[in-house]
Formats: sequence, C-alpha cells, structure tokens
Amino acid sequence: MSTESKQKEPLFSAKNKKLIFNPLSKDNPITVQVLGICSALAVTAKLEPAVVMSISVLAVLSIANVVISLLRNTIPPRIRIIVQLVVIAALVILVDQVLKAFAYDVSKQLSVFVGLIITNCIIMGRLEAFAMGNKPWPSFLDGLGNSFGYAWILIVVAFFRELFGSGSIYGYPVMEWLGIYGVGYKNNGMMILPPMALITVGIIIWVQRSRNSDLIEEN
Amino acid sequence: MFTNRYIFLYSSAMVIVVAAILSSAAQFLKPFQERNVRTEKIMEILKSVKVEVEKSEAEKTYDQFITAEYTINREGDVVSLYKNGNFEKGDIRAFDIDLKTEQKKLADLKAGKSDVEPVFPMFECVKDDQHYYIIPLLGKGLWGPVWGNMALKDDFRTVYGVTFGHKGETPGLGAEIAYAPFQQQFIDKTIFDKDYNFTSIEVVKGGVSALPENKQIHGVDAISGGTITSNGVSEMLHDCLINYVPFMKSKVEESGSPEPEV
Repeated sequence: MSTESKQKEPLFSAKNKKLIFNPLSKDNPITVQVLGICSALAVTAKLEPAVVMSISVLAVLSIANVVISLLRNTIPPRIRIIVQLVVIAALVILVDQVLKAFAYDVSKQLSVFVGLIITNCIIMGRLEAFAMGNKPWPSFLDGLGNSFGYAWILIVVAFFRELFGSGSIYGYPVMEWLGIYGVGYKNNGMMILPPMALITVGIIIWVQRSRNSDLIEEN
Repeated sequence: MFTNRYIFLYSSAMVIVVAAILSSAAQFLKPFQERNVRTEKIMEILKSVKVEVEKSEAEKTYDQFITAEYTINREGDVVSLYKNGNFEKGDIRAFDIDLKTEQKKLADLKAGKSDVEPVFPMFECVKDDQHYYIIPLLGKGLWGPVWGNMALKDDFRTVYGVTFGHKGETPGLGAEIAYAPFQQQFIDKTIFDKDYNFTSIEVVKGGVSALPENKQIHGVDAISGGTITSNGVSEMLHDCLINYVPFMKSKVEESGSPEPEV
C-alpha cells in the first residue's frame, strides 16, 4: 500500500481533475480517439437533439462506469464484455423509457438514435479501459469527462450545421431575424446532409491539432 | 479463479436483476407514456384544424371543437356516429380506432386472406361556424411509420390544414415533414379535380413547378435529402384518403354538387 492511498485522496485531486479535463481536449473521444463518430453524424443536424443526445450519453456513461466499477472484482473476465453490454443496454432502455414519459417531443425526434447509444464505442471503450480497473469515484469522473468531451463536439457541430443548414439556432430563426435572406443569402442544404458533419468534425480536428502540438504524430 | 459454475450463476443472476429493474420501470412509466400518446393524438387532430393548445388543455379543447366522430366503412356508409358525448349510431368511437389494425384488415381482405371489413375514422370539427372533416393518416417512411391528420373543408376537396408525425425519420431530412414549412404547402391544395375524380396530393421530387399547370394544385414540394420519406407521405395520402372517397362523394351529392371553382 502506498502512502498516497492510506491518507484519503481529496475528491478533486490533480489526478481526478485530469480525468475530467483531459477528455475535453487532449484526449477527446471524438476528435482524438475518433470514437462515437456515427452518432456525431446522425443527430447533429439540429441543436436540440444534439443536446438531448449528449445528456443521455452523459447519464448512461457515468452510471455505467460506476456500476461496472463497483462490480469490477466480481465480473469473470471471460464474460466481461457481455456484462458491460447488459449494463449499457439496460441503462439505455431506461433512458429511452424516461424520455418517452417525460420528454415525449424530444424522444420522438431522437427516436432510433437513443437506442443506438448502446453501440456507441465511447461507452464500451471507457468501461473496458477505465471502469474495469478503477474505483467508482474516479470512474464516475472519467464518465463525466468523456461525455462532456463528446457533448461539446456534438454541440459545436450541431450549432454550425443548424445555423448554416437551417438558418436557425436551437429552433430560433436567427438568419431570418438578421434579415439577410433579403440580400440573396440562402441556407446551405448541404449542411444538413451527413457528409458535412464529417467535414465539420474534420475542421475541429484540424483547429485542435494546429493549436496543440502534442497531438501531431511524429513521422 | 472463476469457475464455470460461477459464470453461469453470475450471468443468470445478472439477467434476472436487469429484467426486474426494466419491467418495473416500464410498469411505472407506462401511464405517463400512454397519457403522452393520447394527448399527442388529440393535439395533432386539433392542430390540423389550426387549433393550438397546451397539453393540459387538450382534452377540454377536444370536446369543445370536435363535435362528431364518424366511423365509416368502405362503401361510404356511416357505421357508427359518436356525437357530443353520446352514440347516435353504432358503438365504435372513431377516436379509439387503431388505424394499423384496420389497414391490416384491409390488406388481408384485398389479399383474400380474411373477410373482415375494415372501418375508418373521421372527425368533424366546428370552428367559427365552419365545418371541417379530419382524416387520420398512417403510412411508411424510411425508418418506420409516418402518420398525420388531414383536415378538409366542407366541400371535401380543399385541404384546410395538415399535420404529420413520424417515428424515426432522420432529423433534418425526413423528419422535416413534422414541421410547418412542409405542412403549410398542403393548404388550399385539392384532393379531387374539378369533376370530383380522386387525385390525392402528391409529394413531388424536384418541386411542383415541374408538373403541368393543371396538376400543380394536387402536388407539393418534396424534401431534399428525404426522398423515401416524401414518397412515403405520397403513398400514405393516397392509400388512406381513397378509403373515404365513396363517403365523400355521397356527402357532396347530398349537399348538391357545388359549383366547380374556376
């Protein structure tokens, strides 16, 4: 036993803070690890579904991380992936049912994509790589960090796609209020098609790498 | 370290626990979900006649505006009529009819698999002394079902308003059918030509302006990127509305054939 673990570690030690903040930039699940791209393409045509999707992923990932972390010593390694999947699937069904009961309109918009959280690689990745070998509290923080990392990319992509594709922000027609349709501006229909999500994510990756030299591979 | 016995016990216990959690959650949330579905149905019916209500006011407003619920068979006869809270004829409330079941009956009947006659619901709305007739719609989109309500003016020809909903169309593409810009195109289009031949309303890829001029009144623009959903809406309109044609024609003849508009 090291001296560090004997005296109680503060809740937000430097190590724990890293768990939250690293996934936001240096270790971002979407732009650096390139996980969860599928849903980043699918639900980012408008801001509202992107926000609800982010909250759903946040709930599923942090709870699943804690559950798996609590069970980690009892899970037989041979069936660990199945156990992880069952936990995720159960949580996703719960989220879906709760949305249907209390946020019916949004749940209709998100429809199949809530179910597809099950297949989101970020969640399986974090359970396998982190929660299986760490205590509940750091796992919870790791879950939060990674879902925020996922969320901000989704929201930024959705912001630009909705702004240029539909001329609105969160459903409010800002472009109409600015009155620039009068001078010949038109919504870019390309922005609401999935390829533009990929291109937007690509631009974010480009900006991020040009600002952060750690991320550039040495050739 | 972990024996096979342990693994079997572990997975069985896990599955039972998860099943228990999920089924109790489903039981607990069911009333909320069902109320949402019912309220939504009411709000969509009202929205098609341009009555916007808050969720809490839905039931009350429904009773105020929807004066009659018709249940119609394929020959155009009224099987059941529910008016102002009482049955005047028959005992089927149009509101409770499940369109999916009736469409299956119709498909089976046409395929010769059964001889159960389907029935179709229709709602009569009185607003500002004008009568409107609302027809519920159900069809297939790209990922799942699409549905809607179409309100016709009392000439049974001109569209007064329409709503659409969907289960899983792609946000930003097919899902746009659920929003006003798409739905407003239907207003004042007609589902019959001037000799009362049924034409339905077509969702046209490439835009209505590509159609010959006399057909433009029976078409609306499709959604770019949402072709399959758009086609689904076209088919849904045709397949649902055609069941009401005998009823509508008899109603129109009853009231004396109206002057065709120029």
